[in-house]
Amino acid sequence: MESLYILIPLSLAVVFLIAVIFWWSLRSGQYEDMEGPGYRILMDDDHPPIRPAARPNPVAIDNRPDDKSG
Amino acid sequence: MQSQATYNYKVVRQFAVMTVIWGIVGMTVGVFIAAQLVWPELNVVEYLSYGRLRPLHTNAVIFAFGGCALFATSYYCVQRTSHVTLFAPALAAFTFWGWQVVIVLAALSLPLGFTQAKEYAELEWPIDILITLVWVSYAVVFFGTLVKRTVSHIYVANWFFGGFILTVAVLHLVNSAAIPVFAEGMLSPKSYSAYAGVQDAMIQWWYGHNAVGFFLTAGFLGMMYYFVPKQAGRPVYSYRLSVVHFWALIFTYMWAGPHHLHYTALPDWTQSVGMVFSLILLAPSWGGMINGIMTLSGAWHKLRDDPILKFMITSLSFYGMSTFEGPMMGIKTVNALSHYTDWTVGHVHSGALGWVAMISIGCIYYLLPRLFGKAEMASKKLIEVHFWIATIGIVLYIASMWIAGVMQGLMWRATNVDGTLTYSFVESVKATYPFWTIRLLGGVLFLSGMFIMAFNMFKTIAGGKSVNAPVLAAAGAH
Repeated sequence: MESLYILIPLSLAVVFLIAVIFWWSLRSGQYEDMEGPGYRILMDDDHPPIRPAARPNPVAIDNRPDDKSG
Repeated sequence: MQSQATYNYKVVRQFAVMTVIWGIVGMTVGVFIAAQLVWPELNVVEYLSYGRLRPLHTNAVIFAFGGCALFATSYYCVQRTSHVTLFAPALAAFTFWGWQVVIVLAALSLPLGFTQAKEYAELEWPIDILITLVWVSYAVVFFGTLVKRTVSHIYVANWFFGGFILTVAVLHLVNSAAIPVFAEGMLSPKSYSAYAGVQDAMIQWWYGHNAVGFFLTAGFLGMMYYFVPKQAGRPVYSYRLSVVHFWALIFTYMWAGPHHLHYTALPDWTQSVGMVFSLILLAPSWGGMINGIMTLSGAWHKLRDDPILKFMITSLSFYGMSTFEGPMMGIKTVNALSHYTDWTVGHVHSGALGWVAMISIGCIYYLLPRLFGKAEMASKKLIEVHFWIATIGIVLYIASMWIAGVMQGLMWRATNVDGTLTYSFVESVKATYPFWTIRLLGGVLFLSGMFIMAFNMFKTIAGGKSVNAPVLAAAGAH
């Protein structure tokens, strides 16, 4: 199984790299807030600006976080 | 607070439109080869024979349809969540055109018979080099955008997209390592794999399974974690779980490959390692599936009249189903029955049509109006029709393949009292015809849904104009 001589070191190297990235993400405070990020993407209103007259359905472009958008 | 800069929607738009086009092309080839199984007379010329078109189908749906969907959604998500426009826009444009050239070259070279004969990595070495260039550019654009983000937190979907980009780079480089035969010239490329025999098989399925795990799963989970909450207007059920999901998936996925080689020349212990890791994978997969579906918790009514959400939530149900089925089929004793049968084909399509295609379709429906300055798609009714046609198509497809697969497995292993085989192979082929016909019908339905989508897309584009949204300061950043 010589292919394992490639795959095992390669996987270990990848796991090491992943571990380093994981360590960085822990230390840099990526996980300090485990609630906010989920809400923050909803506050980013990505509806294109539409002239009031052209609005077919005002609800559809409402950007309240808890409203369906589509 | 609004700056003059705009997000780079152009490349997103290009990839989003091509997702639908390549979806139709790839699925048309799929329907054609499904028809060839029912009517073998359809193999008229060598260029359109089953053996050459089948890799064209898989490459087109995975890398052209799925790939374009991944490029479009990851470029959109990374810009919107990082609150910056894409890094290196020229390189981003190169990823689009480069990827389209790869697809066209695949569509030419595979029917002409140029192949490395490695599943999901059939393309010959010159195309492999172009793929590498495009992929490195993709990584530069994506990670470059993350680096210049104006918010400190990296949203979880970007972790999934990033993991997918890095892993696919490693997979592609290792598996496609080959020694080219220059004597044949550039126009008729030929190469030999750098590995031989069972070594090659092990590398191939290490690649093959991780292509499923990272190209077809991690990337699409990135889509799920951004677009399901956006469409539902609710935060992901548990953000903490999504982070655990990411790291658990990343640390455990790599070793499941040997389950594709049960009862082969691969050493037994390697097969067992593959089986155990496949079973372990059930945990992160279901954690993610539940997290996605439960995002709708308390707002289930939204499913009733939002066909885009229907696509997304149904895709997660199929994700849960196929990630339960997969580990089960990875168990050696189950695999003894299922391997080499149409059950495998059914399993793949439950993941490919049910999960990958449906989440992509949902995300593209989400994106199109936003990219073309419209409030919504031209026809919501047609999205609804598309959803039901696609769902019925999938159910026909996978149910017929389950039955066919189990039947084939049982027929192949049936023995008489004197130890001889009860059925010849051709008898199992004959018995499968009705199921291949049902599968063809399922495929036709799913493909018709894509035509409806294309019609809806062109109507939306016709009534809108290309827009590039302004880059807004992050909420909470001021």
